[in-house]
Amino acid sequence: MASAREMRLRIRSVKNISQVTRALQAVSASKVRKAIAALMGTRPYATKAWQVLTHVAAQPGRSNLHPLLTERETVKNTLVVVISGDRGLAGAYNTNLIRFVFRQFNNYPTPVKYIAVGRKGRDLLLRRRQSVIAEFSNLPAAPGFVDVSAIGRLAVDEFLSGSADEVYLVYTDFFNMVKQEPVVKKLLPLQVLGGERVETYETTKQTSAAYIYEPAEREILDEIIPRFTALQVYQSILESLASEHAARMVAMRNATDNANELVGDLQLQYNKVRQQTITSDMLDIAGGAEALAQATQSVGGENG
Amino acid sequence: MSIRCEIVSQDRMVYQGDVDIVVLPGTDGEMGILPHHAPLLTTLKFGLIKVRAKSEEQVFTVAGGVAEVQPDIVTVLADAAENVEEIDIARAEAARQNAEAALSKLDRAGDVDAYLSVEAALRRSALRLDAAKRFRTGKRHVNEE
Repeated sequence: MASAREMRLRIRSVKNISQVTRALQAVSASKVRKAIAALMGTRPYATKAWQVLTHVAAQPGRSNLHPLLTERETVKNTLVVVISGDRGLAGAYNTNLIRFVFRQFNNYPTPVKYIAVGRKGRDLLLRRRQSVIAEFSNLPAAPGFVDVSAIGRLAVDEFLSGSADEVYLVYTDFFNMVKQEPVVKKLLPLQVLGGERVETYETTKQTSAAYIYEPAEREILDEIIPRFTALQVYQSILESLASEHAARMVAMRNATDNANELVGDLQLQYNKVRQQTITSDMLDIAGGAEALAQATQSVGGENG
Repeated sequence: MSIRCEIVSQDRMVYQGDVDIVVLPGTDGEMGILPHHAPLLTTLKFGLIKVRAKSEEQVFTVAGGVAEVQPDIVTVLADAAENVEEIDIARAEAARQNAEAALSKLDRAGDVDAYLSVEAALRRSALRLDAAKRFRTGKRHVNEE
């Protein structure tokens, strides 16, 4: 068993750890709240943008409205945008995401390239020798749309240039504080009619009359479709951020609990060690006194 | 008879209400939208959106975006939008000066992206400042137009 001094040091260090993790937990809690607020803020725009897009797509007599809306017959290359965190200490947040990515795309029929958002995701992808064509890390703590629109633009460019025939988005969906799950969504070609998004965003009654376009139809679609793609990326980044902070908060709470439990155990052990030293000290003293008394007695006997 | 008007920017709902007329800064020119307008889709440039209900007019600055018109609703998807009443003149002025200073340091031939983004920031702050000075008089009533 360790000495009392060693144990005292150990207890102090574990207490320090629990202080640090508790602080991190509080920080994450406030960050989660901010991230959720930011996420809610983008909802009206996303809903409206989606409505506009469904109206456009429902225009009569147009099957090939825009290249970004058109499915390609043969898919030769796939691009996946993976949104992870820049930092660790968030429990299984990053590992779960990457494990999910590999479950989805490991034995994929086409070659798969990745765009990594977040340093952890990039590291994990590179460690598994995947081809990462671009990385976006060190995003600001509360990214604005302009901070991340380049990601969407890159995805659109890759798609239009033909080096990717399909683009998927993998991120962590935020359900609530304790439940976050990785999900995959098709980013390009944009699927306007059918698919789950129609349920996600309410669709208003549609007018089938043809639009007046000002300027020309193509110019407008060139403007709004890439923007909508970037918006989807932005939203999923916000979802991921909220998830990351929530995961970190839970991980830190567990760490704090564990540390406190450990402190309790160690304290108990320390008390035992301390008791034992005292007992053995007492025995030593008592034994010494006894021996001394006997010695004096025998000396006295000789004299007397 | 009125038409619904909704202005959303990427981070929030800026305005929603039933109004008589909406004036939009379209890329091809300003346009006034009345109720029962034909379906229309247009891109917007930097400019002002004016919304009038009865005799009250509200003015918004908008930094580009898209507007969709249906007979009963105008939806503005703005890159950034703000009610002129909300503009903080001191901050807008500071932003304009910052942008001017940054612009004078940049070389147009050098980093084109950076140059364009600073230039856009300058235009945006100048527009906001101008709009705030011109249209803000507390609660404004229309009587001269």
